[in-house]
Amino acid sequence: MDEQIRHILEILENDARASPEEIAALTDMSAQEVTQTIAKLEETGVIRHYKTIVDWDLVGENYVYAVIELKVTLERNLGYQAIAERIYKFPEVRSVRLLSGDYDISLTIRGKSMKDVAFFVAEKIATLDQVKSTSTHFVLKTYKEDGVILHEPEAIKRLPVSF
Amino acid sequence: MRPPCDPSKFVAEAVKNIPPSGIRRFFDLVSGLEDVISLGVGEPDFITPWHIREMCIHSLEKGQTSYTSNYGLPELRNELTRTYYRRYSLDYDPESEILITTGVSEGLDIAIRAVVNPGDEVIVVQPSYVAYVPSVILAGGKPVIVPTYRGDDFSLTAEALEPAITNKTKAIILNFPNNPTGAIMKQEGLEDIADLVVENDLFVISDEVYECLTYGSTHVPFSSLEGMKERTVMLNGFSKAYAMTGLRLGFAMGPSEIIHSMMMIHQYSMLCAPITSQIGAIEALQNGKGEMERMVREYDRRRHFIVRGFNNIGLECCNPKGAFYAFPYIGGTGLSSSEFAERLLDEKKVVTIPGDVFGEAGEGFLRCAYAASMDDLRKAIERMGDFVDGLKK
Repeated sequence: MDEQIRHILEILENDARASPEEIAALTDMSAQEVTQTIAKLEETGVIRHYKTIVDWDLVGENYVYAVIELKVTLERNLGYQAIAERIYKFPEVRSVRLLSGDYDISLTIRGKSMKDVAFFVAEKIATLDQVKSTSTHFVLKTYKEDGVILHEPEAIKRLPVSF
Repeated sequence: MRPPCDPSKFVAEAVKNIPPSGIRRFFDLVSGLEDVISLGVGEPDFITPWHIREMCIHSLEKGQTSYTSNYGLPELRNELTRTYYRRYSLDYDPESEILITTGVSEGLDIAIRAVVNPGDEVIVVQPSYVAYVPSVILAGGKPVIVPTYRGDDFSLTAEALEPAITNKTKAIILNFPNNPTGAIMKQEGLEDIADLVVENDLFVISDEVYECLTYGSTHVPFSSLEGMKERTVMLNGFSKAYAMTGLRLGFAMGPSEIIHSMMMIHQYSMLCAPITSQIGAIEALQNGKGEMERMVREYDRRRHFIVRGFNNIGLECCNPKGAFYAFPYIGGTGLSSSEFAERLLDEKKVVTIPGDVFGEAGEGFLRCAYAASMDDLRKAIERMGDFVDGLKK
């Protein structure tokens, strides 16, 4: 990989709002070069999406999250992809992953209440023909999300002057 | 009643002769000030990578709190041998050619004491780390200063070095990548120095603690040059590359005769380096490459940012190729380094270190560590821009 591209991707992965001018100053490129490079990375799908990690609790929106383990049966001509597609179209579903091991698919669901999430699973997911079983785990607290620590303790102070 | 006593009379002459540290004075000026942005640090702003800290914690839980061999843990020395063979095809015997020290600071002190006889001249290349001159003086040696210049990107030239060599010269202290200039030395330049070292039968103490922090080129250890392994002790450590400053861990690699002599001093002064830090260092060498490279890339970006920033506000600054310091030229403002740094602190609350702290050759420059958060670097450049504009009025 080109070193400049690696720099740009690392900067954006850490701060999606970094402007072309800021990125230019960090990479010794011109803002125009940065803009062109990013456009190319977006076009080719290297950059998929820009998003914001929100702590909804702090504004009183107490979302409930749950991780759902699914065991599924595969039907002829219908692979995991088809099941995943059926499931990920629900907006309540935040992530869908195919896993190795004891169960097949892991979902993250967001709802307004535990009841909300439980009913969604019971009505929309468990009733799918291919789904053999579901197991719902409610999230009690999120400490780290997508590489971001949500409640970091106070930073350590360093000496302002040293050799 | 016994008579009162002034304890200062007990202080040794050699200690009284150490010049006061310019940084110390600055430290006093800073303390108590609020809203200060510091580019004055000599350490990474990263915390030691968690896998290293976790290994230290684990060792403490297991109760690994004993002394180690005077030379250091054998596993750590073996790991260093493997690392330097892999990086540079350098072959150091872990049994006899490696000594684990309590930071490079200790390594420096005992390396100088191991080779310097009273009256020996030791060449110190400046601008450079502040400990070299005092350490030579404390060992009874005579420091002889060789300056480097902005025109040479602060790398050492044989032309500058040669006139300083006399028949009393015993050793030369090199420091590349350099604190405070960020200069590195290329292979060709080092070969010229090596020729002079052989011609004049000198020993080399090479402080390479910023080895891993180079940008766009690979570090060349002085000992990797033909014929130099027998004439060089390489001082190095974990502080800068792995953000482990407070864990105080360094190492020295060199010919067994010198390493053994250093160990003779080390065993009675330090005994051994802290075992917890040594265990952390093994983890750093075995599994720390990814985190270290991530930090280096982060410094690289900040380096681009700060160099461009200085040039934009009218402070000429060349691109440092190593360490995490920028060394902008402030001579054009009409102020001395100290005046500039003190007024900048007083008026804009930005801490920088005046270049002359690192030797006369640093006059006209400022050491600015870019091992600081991007927020702080942005604010610092902005405030320094205001300050420079103010000077023009």
